[in-house]
Amino acid sequence: MRLSRMKVGAMSRRHIHRGTELMLYLDTLPMGTHAVIEKVEQRASLDPIATRLGELGFVPGEAVQVVATGPMGRDPIAVRLGTSRFALRRGEAARVGLRTAA
Amino acid sequence: MNSTASTQTPAPSLHIALVGNPNCGKTSLFNQLTGSRQKVANYAGVTVERKEGFFSTPNGRAIRVLDLPGAYSLDSTSPDEDVTRDVCLGRHRSEPQPEMLVAVISATNLRLHLRFLLELKQLGLPVIVALNMMDEARRNGLQIDVAGLQADLGMPIVPVVSLNRAGVVPLLQALDLPLPAPPDPLPAGIDPHMEVRRLLATYVVDPSAGTDRLTDRLDRLFLHPVWGPVILLVVLFVMFQTVFAWAQPLMDGLDSGISTFGQIVLKPLPDGILHSLLADGVIAGAGTVIVFLPQILILFLWILALEESGYLPRAAFLLDRLMALAGLSGRSFIPLLSSFACAIPGIMAARTIQNPRDRLVTILIAPLMTCSARLPVYTLLIGAFVPHRTILGIFGLQGLVLFGLYAVAIVSGVIAARVMTRGVKSEEHPLLLELPPYRRPNLKSLALGLWQRAVMFLSRVGTIIVSLNVLLWALSSFPLPPAGAPGAPIDYSLAGRIGHLMQWVFAPIGFNWQICVSLIPGLAAREVAVSSLATVYAIGATDDGAADKLLPLLSTQWSMATAFSLLAWYVYAPQCISTLAVMRRETGSIKTVLWAAAYLFGLAYLAAFLTYHITRAITGVP
Repeated sequence: MRLSRMKVGAMSRRHIHRGTELMLYLDTLPMGTHAVIEKVEQRASLDPIATRLGELGFVPGEAVQVVATGPMGRDPIAVRLGTSRFALRRGEAARVGLRTAA
Repeated sequence: MNSTASTQTPAPSLHIALVGNPNCGKTSLFNQLTGSRQKVANYAGVTVERKEGFFSTPNGRAIRVLDLPGAYSLDSTSPDEDVTRDVCLGRHRSEPQPEMLVAVISATNLRLHLRFLLELKQLGLPVIVALNMMDEARRNGLQIDVAGLQADLGMPIVPVVSLNRAGVVPLLQALDLPLPAPPDPLPAGIDPHMEVRRLLATYVVDPSAGTDRLTDRLDRLFLHPVWGPVILLVVLFVMFQTVFAWAQPLMDGLDSGISTFGQIVLKPLPDGILHSLLADGVIAGAGTVIVFLPQILILFLWILALEESGYLPRAAFLLDRLMALAGLSGRSFIPLLSSFACAIPGIMAARTIQNPRDRLVTILIAPLMTCSARLPVYTLLIGAFVPHRTILGIFGLQGLVLFGLYAVAIVSGVIAARVMTRGVKSEEHPLLLELPPYRRPNLKSLALGLWQRAVMFLSRVGTIIVSLNVLLWALSSFPLPPAGAPGAPIDYSLAGRIGHLMQWVFAPIGFNWQICVSLIPGLAAREVAVSSLATVYAIGATDDGAADKLLPLLSTQWSMATAFSLLAWYVYAPQCISTLAVMRRETGSIKTVLWAAAYLFGLAYLAAFLTYHITRAITGVP
């Protein structure tokens, strides 16, 4: 586990070992895969982006799916969240922790 | 309506506000309620559009309605959300708190919109909920227990379809009833998201999970990594093509209409001061600008249609990385695209950018996007100096030069933004943009939007442009030359003297004194420069009717270097007072405005200087 994490290393492929489960983040969710939001992380105290994500409905328990990626560098991503769709940069999406839908 | 109600005296007038998430159909509901009885202005101190309208209910109750900017939350992150928050809380400086809110929510996006609705319950104001897009929701297989939801929320819910008049009748009828009691705020400790989930689970039957299959299919195409950008390029190309191609016959028609009108009006008048005032000041002045109405309206039609259809946020998505190269985010694309029509709505559209620095940079480079007011100048000079020739069999040389001017402006904008944003990398630029479902643009909304633009443009022509031209005419006509003096009379006038003085500054970039004079009224509106030239030359010339002959006249009187230098000047030209005024209001800083004016002036001068001297070297004119 530790080895593979060091190998991929970069921010864009962040997997975090949490207990026995692998924590996945929205920025690395493969296109088309369904997942459920586990948490939204604050990058700083009173992180305005995390707050806004919450107001837009990125809250634990909601289902998300990546429906498109940008033409350059696969950034930003388009996400479907329930009946709404949002465009997010990967840095914003990296705040959203997921578990894959069973 | 029962018969007794209609005979009662109407209830006292009412002041309400429409509030809701972006993309809930709030503006089309506003248009449907008020029709053309709207007043569009800005809130004092900020350039957030303030839209107010008036209508009456079936029982004759007079209603004043305010269309508040769309917001996701009262915990605001942008200047337009600030306005919504302050008005709702009754904290706004110039706007009284409304007596009642009409909360507009879309049945197709209840999860998002109900959360904001729950937030509105805290305000202690009476609220009527307009449940919009019920037709679409039904088509998607969504069933909502409206009565149950209404009882649970403690707010009356009125289903509406904001796309047609009949669809808003239930809301009109509800406004005839006594005001509902303010809803009870959500008890402390209840998470609004959990509450939304409970409401949805209890009152909404949603077999297809409410997905809009058409939007999914279109997004697969429009957001495709290869086809998406190709389609975007085609859309932009067709857009600019039609602006020039479709407008041409209309412009020709307008042009001949204006000259016929001029002839009819001027015929019975004897030669003299009045004749000169009407011919050279008013008709030549207003006429040369009115001709551009078709181009401006076609450009606005495109922007309005793209916005209504839901495509613009997709374009922002596709271009986000490209904008990142300029240090901005995809959010800046929409204001910058609008700036091609006019920098003023462009600068105003920048209010949706949350990051303050991104917003400032977008505002500062918006004047570099070639606004439609520069077209008259470009068209005139290209017509006079670029030969009508075909290159590679298909491209007109004149069209290529025009395209080149647009391209130079865009590249300059990117470079300017890059320079302004350098060094501040650490900060994050949020994109976080909603991609609303695709919708067919509503004809009524488009027509209303175009109508408002046309009225704005024509009232500008009727007021600022005509009065400036008359002023300029007076400056160029008086004082009269002494009897028997040699040379054109304008040489002795005030304008002539000012122009000669300004030449000290502008001679190095090849401007003659006539251009210098025309730059002064160009401060008020760029397009006036053309009509000013017409005015200056009409008076300067010995024969009458020279305004019609401005184009051949320029090609004989100006060197190519002067003409190209003026074109280069206009790519950057800072001289638009309205733009600077909007910048002042928007940024609240006179320093920023002075800085913007200085940097644009510097760029314009430098570009014109280089163009002038390079062209002189190439054409071999000493």
